[in-house]
Amino acid sequence: MTAPDLVLYDEEFQRIRESLQRLRHDANANVVFLVDKNGQQIAAVGDLQALDTTSLASLTAGNVAATDGLARLIGEKEFSILFHEGEKDNIHISIVAQRVILVVIFDERSSLGLVRLRVRRATSELDKIFEDITKKVEREKESLQAEFESPFAEITDEDIDRLFSE
Amino acid sequence: MTFINYAAREINCKIVYYGPGLCGKTTNLQFVYDRTNPAAKGKLISLATETDRTLFFDFLPLDLGTVRGFKTRFHLYTVPGQVFYDASRKLILKGVDGVVFVADSQAARMEANVESIRNLDKNLKEQGYDIAVIPYVLQFNKRDLPTAVQTDEMYRELNIKGEPTFEATATTGVGVFDTLKAVARQVLLELKKR
Repeated sequence: MTAPDLVLYDEEFQRIRESLQRLRHDANANVVFLVDKNGQQIAAVGDLQALDTTSLASLTAGNVAATDGLARLIGEKEFSILFHEGEKDNIHISIVAQRVILVVIFDERSSLGLVRLRVRRATSELDKIFEDITKKVEREKESLQAEFESPFAEITDEDIDRLFSE
Repeated sequence: MTFINYAAREINCKIVYYGPGLCGKTTNLQFVYDRTNPAAKGKLISLATETDRTLFFDFLPLDLGTVRGFKTRFHLYTVPGQVFYDASRKLILKGVDGVVFVADSQAARMEANVESIRNLDKNLKEQGYDIAVIPYVLQFNKRDLPTAVQTDEMYRELNIKGEPTFEATATTGVGVFDTLKAVARQVLLELKKR
């Protein structure tokens, strides 16, 4: 199959969260979150109570996918930044490490210029983290046969039946 | 592409409902949504036209419970079935873990079913997947209609690799959960092989 599974370990997850927290603080944003291109949320920080982050993740990915399609139609590789301006809240969307989407939601307490500036710095941090993740996953894969025991190696039919038992 | 989050102990899988226009993909999702405990589901999002035809996708996140200590979350998507939305269909197949093909049982739609399977095969290939390998389930929907074609004939026409096949009437929910369960089973068993 094409893209390898995205695997996230605790250590990198914490680094991602720290990076997002820092971005949220420095850009004066309400919410910062990271989604993979397939619409699955990786991490989110900020004022999340009133927000349906699962839907937001899926729609963001749909939005980026549609925009990628548009880009290709006119001969561009991608549009690396999308910006949606609302009356109160705005959404800034950018691509990180070619495979994940960084979303910043902010209001009048911040500005597009500040968000763009801070996103740029956060992007290089996140690029590095995702590079480390890829390396780690490859290492794990190599040692897979040797010792690493996947928690899913033992999945049974009964496990799956139980999921639908309600 | 399954997303395994060891930090949050979660597995996220993406399942796509494919099929010709008006075959009942959205109705399948709607039934799953209606019958699922509110705590286990998110919002059902439908990007549809004013006449309720799917324009981009429907999306339903489902928490099924835990397997081996990992929370399993399934993201169900439908594609727009109408022929001219092919560009959108391709996008939605990105990162798919399992496909449900919803076939319309009406005699007049057999050709559309065949065409849609061919389209699925082509679009999967473009994303680097092989229909012969990917977790895949077939559903014969609208069994309640008087014009429904015999199932053995449909099976001969549409089944491509002996995939699990279910008769369904998505409007009343017959066969909807059996179909979902079958594809979820294949997706989870696929994780075992990695």
